Amino acid sequence: MRAPTCLLLLAFVAGSLFPYYWAFLVGSQDAVSMTGATLVPGGHFLDNARRVFDTVPFWRALGNSVVVAGTVTVSTVVFASLAGFAFARARFPGRDRMFRFVVATMALPTQLGIIPLYLAMAELGWAGGLQAVIVPNLVTALGVFWMRQYTLSAVPAELVDAARVDGCSLARAYWHVCLPSVRPALAALGMFTFMASWNDFLWPLVALDADHPTVQLALERLQSGHYVDYPLVLAGTTLATVPVLLVFAAFGRRGLDGAALG
Amino acid sequence: MAAAGPGRGEDRPVRTRLAPYLLVAPFFVLFTVTGLFPLLYTGYVSLFSWDLVGDSPGFVGLANYAELLGDDRFGTALVNTLSIFLLATGPQLVVAVGVAALLDAAPRPSTGWRVAVLAPTAMSVVAVGIVFANLFGPRYGLVNAALAGLGLDPVDWQADRLAGHVAIAVMVNWRWTGYNALVVLAAMRAIPPTLYEAAIVDGAGRWRRFRHVTLPLLRPTLLFVVVTSTIGGLQVFTEPKLLDAQPGSANGGASGQFQTVALYVYQSAFETRRLGYASAVAWVLVLLVALLAWVNYRLTRRMAGVDG
Repeated sequence: MRAPTCLLLLAFVAGSLFPYYWAFLVGSQDAVSMTGATLVPGGHFLDNARRVFDTVPFWRALGNSVVVAGTVTVSTVVFASLAGFAFARARFPGRDRMFRFVVATMALPTQLGIIPLYLAMAELGWAGGLQAVIVPNLVTALGVFWMRQYTLSAVPAELVDAARVDGCSLARAYWHVCLPSVRPALAALGMFTFMASWNDFLWPLVALDADHPTVQLALERLQSGHYVDYPLVLAGTTLATVPVLLVFAAFGRRGLDGAALG
Repeated sequence: MAAAGPGRGEDRPVRTRLAPYLLVAPFFVLFTVTGLFPLLYTGYVSLFSWDLVGDSPGFVGLANYAELLGDDRFGTALVNTLSIFLLATGPQLVVAVGVAALLDAAPRPSTGWRVAVLAPTAMSVVAVGIVFANLFGPRYGLVNAALAGLGLDPVDWQADRLAGHVAIAVMVNWRWTGYNALVVLAAMRAIPPTLYEAAIVDGAGRWRRFRHVTLPLLRPTLLFVVVTSTIGGLQVFTEPKLLDAQPGSANGGASGQFQTVALYVYQSAFETRRLGYASAVAWVLVLLVALLAWVNYRLTRRMAGVDG
């Protein structure tokens, strides 16, 4: 890479990473003596982190977020890869029209249907509980679209057809032929689904009650005091971001490769 | 799944024919029940005076829409949404293409670069809102400290209307530019090298090759990026909620100077508790998103068709 290119990229990456550093930086300051801007971390991160757990039910919020994001991720990966496989490699009447419908739905702002969705959840007695934020997100159009595109490029039609001629059912063909080839896409889809679910805010804010906070709701509650204690809030922000960064680090490479091909 | 044994020969084709539908069924059932139906039902609720906790809903026809036309708050929110959307989408597209071009200059962009470029997407919108509300803080914020260092006057990002829009657009751009750069990069990598070689033979320099080979071939991808930015950008909610100087408020600033339509939907439905009116607001936004997405989609198809 030539020097100017490298410098420009470094500047962009520095800007991309700086807010992470800033969150930790402020989160490590002494809440009492905190005044103007500084660029050197203080030694109070652990104190602030402890106060996060004292101020809001952060453990419960972490547990709830793990349950919600974990369930949503597993379910999305399973349902999206099954549907993606059917759209890519099975032949059935109405297939193309149904797939066009899937693509068209990606343009719909379904987030704006929260009012009837809330009424429905209240009617079912689910409003307030975790199932209210899990069930609507069990599979997404984007996931189905993504898995279909990847299956088209990674699973040869002849291989599936040969298996079918040998008497393999569609489910067995999915398990033995499709699944081993689409693992990178599963990693990518899983990574992005987990991040999206972990970071979701509007619907959880509407649907969950005070006893069932996710991490994002706990964070917002931290920030909602009359006086915003920034070392406390940004220590919480750092803590809330760590699990996503761990998933990102664990799946990042495979996820990015899967995403690039998909 | 009828009888086993003798009936099996006739049973199998039925199962075979049904199997693909079973595989795609979970998506269609779930989407219809939790996505499409609520969206359409929003239009129905908007015809009622519907209190979240009060009496049974009463049919009011288009009264909520009539009220909408005279509602200054809604007008302000609509202008704010479009202003933030324009401030966010334009610069984002230009920078994303620039970063993609820089990454494309390397023989094989390493995973490290790509992870770093994608890092902002991993931070939640709430976290982004909190961090940037701190950076844009009127008194101790780093941005105003930097402005002071340059000899400029501090800006009250939480009080001034345009400044608030800029701050929110910066949050949106910070989170999404890297992601879009990688989408564009993937499309750049798919351009056959022979096209560039032909352009070099014709004596085209770097800039001319970018302008006349790369950009035209990127057009479908750029429009995809524009469409997704449109759909997301018109629904901005969390950033303005967290920028508010009064924490926890859904006002979008003391005078609603950066309240977006999505924020107004939330406030009308779950704070003022007027579900019918909030649904009318939501439905107008749905139509706006659908209209802009449709326009972009038509453009994409036309241009993709022309460019092959």
